[in-house]
Amino acid sequence: MKILVAVKQVSVLDDEFEMRDDGRDVDEDFFEKDLNEFDHFAVEEALLIKEASGGEAEVVIVTVGDDDADDALRTALAKGAERGVRVWDDSLVDADSVTIAKVLAKVVEREDPDMVFTGAQSVDFGHAATGMALAGLLGWPHAAVVSKLDFKPGDENATIHRELEGGLEEIMSVTCPAVLSIQLGINQPRYASLRGIRQARQKPVDELDLSDLGLSAETVKAASRVRRMYAPERGQAEIIEGSVAEQAARLAEIVKELRGA
Amino acid sequence: MAEILVVAGQRDGVLHPATLEAVAAARTVKTGGDSLAVVIISADPDGLAGALSVEGVDEVITVKAGSNDFQPELVEAVVVALAQAREPSLIATAHSVDAWSFAPSAAVMLGSGFASDVLALKSEGSDLIATRAGYAEKVLVDLEFPGRETTLLTIRTNVFEPAGGSSMPKLTAMDAPACETSLNHLGWKEPADAGGIDIPGSDFILSIGRGVSDEGNVEQFLELADEMGATLGCSRPVADNGWLAKARQVGQSGQLAANCRLYIAMGISGSVQHQWGMKHIENIVAVNTDPEASIFSIARYGIVGDMFEIAEELENHF
Repeated sequence: MKILVAVKQVSVLDDEFEMRDDGRDVDEDFFEKDLNEFDHFAVEEALLIKEASGGEAEVVIVTVGDDDADDALRTALAKGAERGVRVWDDSLVDADSVTIAKVLAKVVEREDPDMVFTGAQSVDFGHAATGMALAGLLGWPHAAVVSKLDFKPGDENATIHRELEGGLEEIMSVTCPAVLSIQLGINQPRYASLRGIRQARQKPVDELDLSDLGLSAETVKAASRVRRMYAPERGQAEIIEGSVAEQAARLAEIVKELRGA
Repeated sequence: MAEILVVAGQRDGVLHPATLEAVAAARTVKTGGDSLAVVIISADPDGLAGALSVEGVDEVITVKAGSNDFQPELVEAVVVALAQAREPSLIATAHSVDAWSFAPSAAVMLGSGFASDVLALKSEGSDLIATRAGYAEKVLVDLEFPGRETTLLTIRTNVFEPAGGSSMPKLTAMDAPACETSLNHLGWKEPADAGGIDIPGSDFILSIGRGVSDEGNVEQFLELADEMGATLGCSRPVADNGWLAKARQVGQSGQLAANCRLYIAMGISGSVQHQWGMKHIENIVAVNTDPEASIFSIARYGIVGDMFEIAEELENHF
């Protein structure tokens, strides 16, 4: 029994940033990198299933990213996953969700997992697309924004809650294996222990390129291309200055004016 | 002459209102000779055709399903069949939770161009350009779809004014394609009883976010909201931690502050999901220690400071 969790290293933009010379992305000097917040919940859900089954499951983390993305992978491994797969190729530098899904589909073929989890979306671009595109390529059952999951190794069906608009949830059964995108709040993600962090450095990570997966830059063609990236015109609040007492007094005044009191 | 296809959504037989926003978005790239068709899949699709007969809609395609249950595989099969038969240049649908399930998979089945959560679209010559946000809304991205005959877009909700007016579209019945369905509807879980909390109806909301830091700090804001005559709201982390009822959560997975005229956001950085529920409010006051928090870009007034200190001082005024 194996659960594959696909994670992303997201880019957090500095407050001040400059565009790349070609105007199609931000200059890479202005990023910090981190494991996507949603993916903490996806990893945790896989680990909970493993632990509830008495360790009868292997949790494998996969990411598509360059050397930098190794950090995100190790962060997930440090929580208790068994091993990792990292795929990178220079031709993936401008990959979109569809390209990433095409790469992941080959990893799924290779790993033959019983379940695949992703985060419901990434906090940087929020495409909310990679997991479900992956399912489409695999022809697997799939559900997005899963906020509750009842599944144990060997189950033919999982029971899920899909979190819909306005807090409504739909309870569904889904045939396994399936691709599920995991919503925030489904569990309480653990922090890695110091021991886990040390162990993660030693855990095996397969480093693959496109040719290892029988792919080429042409076969993983993106479904979109960035023509231009730019900073939006932003409004700016009128900042209330002064001491805390003065700021609060002005705020109270605003409230009373607007409330007609 | 091109064809545009809009995929309608319904839940329990009720049309997803953002469908009409997707129609409005599609209309922005519709030219004289183009034809715009809306496809609706439900147990009684004819019953929803009237609501879809809005200005700019030339055809309503009805697909009668065995039930109103959401079946991503069925939607995908309908989209693929229609796309293959009609070769639309654009397929648009609302960026709803249902679309999160079917749109990316339908796009890879078609090998079409694809972008999600699109804020604006336009044609430049024969090129379709879709604009979406990136890096936590700090940038905008214009996307193009070179070499794609068809492009599938999901349209951010609450951006386009829903299409109105009326039309006399052609009605076309389409047989539901055969497909395996691997999801079964078991039931609904309604949001926990709101207990009289009415975010959508409130005209004055004091809202707290991650900055509140600890459950023990929440009570003083309930009291402050009460003294000020406001409804206490919150952002997602506060509700996820169980510190406040889910009914108080403002944002995409919570409530839309539909009637609010004054919104005080304390310790809320302003994620896109939170903004979805409150960005439209005329008077937003943001209190945050981080001067770069994105909440300040949509607020009318801002205080760069500690929410607890401000709250304590505010109590002296109410």
